[in-house]
Amino acid sequence: MTTPLLPREHYLNIRYGILSWLLTKDHKRIALLYLISVTAFFFLGGFFAVLIRLELATPAGDMVSSDTYNKLFTMHGVIMVFFFLIPSIPAVLGNFLIPMMIGAKDLAFPRLNLLSWYIYMLGGTFTMWAVIVGGVDTGWTFYTPYSTAASNTNVVATGLGVFITGFSSILTGLNFIVTIHRMRAPGLTWFRLPLFVWAHYATSLIFILGTPVIAITVLLLAVERGLHIGIFDPALGGDPVLFQHLFWFYSHPAVYIMVLPSMGVVSEVVACFSRKNIFGYSFVAFSSLAIAVFGFLVWAHHMFVAGMSVYAAMIFSFLSYAVAIPSAVKVFNWTATLYKGSISWQAPLLFVFGFLGLFTIGGMTGLFLAALAIDVHVHDTYFIVAHFHYIMVGGAIMGYMAGLHFWWPKITGRMYPEGWAKFSALVIFIGFNLTFFPQFVLGYLGMPRRYHAYPEEFQVLNVMSSAGASILAVGYVIPMVYFLWSLRYGRAAGPNPWGATGLEWTTQSPPLTENFPMTPVVTEGAYEYSKREMRVV
Amino acid sequence: MPAPPGAVHVHDAHAHHPALQHQFETMGQQLESATLGMWLFLVTEIMFFGGLFMAYLLYRVWYPVAWAEGSLELDILLGGVNTVVLIGSSLTMALAVRAAQTGFPRATVNYLLVTMALGLTFLVIKGFEYAHKFETGHVPGPNFHFEGPHAQQVEIFLSLYFAMTGLHAVHMVIGFGLLSVIAWMAYRRRFSPEWYAPVEMAGLYWHFVDIVWIFLFPLLYLVDRAHHFV
Repeated sequence: MTTPLLPREHYLNIRYGILSWLLTKDHKRIALLYLISVTAFFFLGGFFAVLIRLELATPAGDMVSSDTYNKLFTMHGVIMVFFFLIPSIPAVLGNFLIPMMIGAKDLAFPRLNLLSWYIYMLGGTFTMWAVIVGGVDTGWTFYTPYSTAASNTNVVATGLGVFITGFSSILTGLNFIVTIHRMRAPGLTWFRLPLFVWAHYATSLIFILGTPVIAITVLLLAVERGLHIGIFDPALGGDPVLFQHLFWFYSHPAVYIMVLPSMGVVSEVVACFSRKNIFGYSFVAFSSLAIAVFGFLVWAHHMFVAGMSVYAAMIFSFLSYAVAIPSAVKVFNWTATLYKGSISWQAPLLFVFGFLGLFTIGGMTGLFLAALAIDVHVHDTYFIVAHFHYIMVGGAIMGYMAGLHFWWPKITGRMYPEGWAKFSALVIFIGFNLTFFPQFVLGYLGMPRRYHAYPEEFQVLNVMSSAGASILAVGYVIPMVYFLWSLRYGRAAGPNPWGATGLEWTTQSPPLTENFPMTPVVTEGAYEYSKREMRVV
Repeated sequence: MPAPPGAVHVHDAHAHHPALQHQFETMGQQLESATLGMWLFLVTEIMFFGGLFMAYLLYRVWYPVAWAEGSLELDILLGGVNTVVLIGSSLTMALAVRAAQTGFPRATVNYLLVTMALGLTFLVIKGFEYAHKFETGHVPGPNFHFEGPHAQQVEIFLSLYFAMTGLHAVHMVIGFGLLSVIAWMAYRRRFSPEWYAPVEMAGLYWHFVDIVWIFLFPLLYLVDRAHHFV
């Protein structure tokens, strides 16, 4: 077998100047701009998490004051949710892959795509400014009337950052939907699309339907704070529960913005490394749409103790159970795909195994929370914190890591070191569970979230959690190091190192600026592994 | 829809329209993409205004009396004139798109200029209405004052009035800027029956902004007029 060499000309070496990056309209280069930015925000958000876990290593609130602690968990949440998790897979992997997967030269609106990155950076700058001049302490949920009448921190600057960044999500979602409708290669029918594309279509629907609502909500919050008008302040005749409704109308579907793209990655990786067609293609495809639709009808399960009508609560409880069905359909279908597959234990698949286990635990505990009585018991405790970290970190970030490893050879043209990648997958899995599983127990025993001190009997579990967090941090630093290392020293990957199906693997790695030498013609479904030789390089 | 089979080979000899961007195969595909993109953008706009309409609905149910009092403070004559002005501008906008589509560039420019003039008229009248609110102290905030038992709730009504009509006015200003660019391009003969997508996109946007006003006018100005003939 001959060793592959990097192609002579590709999208990375065609031009080198700084302006060739800052003014690029190439979706692949924009994806890399996003990759660098979201990685920076990820480590910044992680830094705040480290400080939180350090404080919680001892029962006494001895490291930072309670005010500082409020700022730490707020900044952790705001940065991780709005500036890392939401843009992560769509803006990095989706941007890079969707045009390639559908055989197009670019997204439908390349200039809007670049604009969306600038908007994201502008929003990030506002929020960073708020952090530097003193932070914000409302929690990432900005609940009124605290955020408008009581807090004396930088609520408006942070809110503006979130408002602005929202428009980058809207533009990305709009671009994806138009691209998927109008730019598919000849022969690429809807049911031949990779499931990654279906997942991003569903995500984009949430982007365009949900994000404008949070934008107007944050705008009203800023107006109320600036002019002391009672839109949400009960002392002035307003309704704080209206804020919660509007906030969660976006912010609950936002969870599906985080996890649906991850599910798209899982579908690709599972099929590739078990060398099988995906089990129940159309069920997996439609379950993405079902999650997007149902996801808009469950928001008030965040508000069961907010004084809502009990009948409304019952309906939202029922609908929250219903949304578990399409999620479970996916998990069962992936498992059935693996069944009797010819499995190769590569690092992307290890991350996907992590996703399957952790997402299942996160989803099952979500059912506890959808039950009205149990929700009253564990509301605002560490049980919730553990639950949503199992979805957002165990689900979304595991999928993101799987996708980064799977497509790294396509993005850079070079292989990452497989041994180290497997090792980091293991470290992340162990560190994650040690961090967050004790928090389920803590919450069930009654430890509330968002306090910097706690009774002594909770210390053992908190120390376990803090120890796990340090292992988890190591697990995230290792890939950072070997990905950078592989840029120079990784072995050239060749067009298709995994022997995967999918149009993106039919072209050179890294691809040409125009992706394909000529527009491909599609004649078969997305996962025809049975027609391929059974070999992974 | 996938590109038609005839467009498979990218680098063949036939000449491309100068306005065809490199990522598209045909002008038809480009126009369809732009149209779909614009409609999706308008969907996001509906959701954006939707949050305000939700707040309006809630407080209208909670505070019907204050809503009636607040609504009577608005000038129904100026609001009515503005409604007519905006509907008129939608007509001239539609005529501009039609003229571009059928290849009459001078008519396109003229209709666009009339549309812009009507848009400006709307904004000027709106400006007078706002100025009057400042004079009477009916602007929400620290200097707000209103006689009557429901002052606080009327302030919420007027907050929503300013938020909704203000956001609408911002959209009008953006639309005015958009139309100036389009009118300039039309004046430079940049459009033809083969390519007039920007005129059509600007038209969709303009009509959307009009329709928002068609909802705002009855909800804010007419909400309780049935009991109080002027």
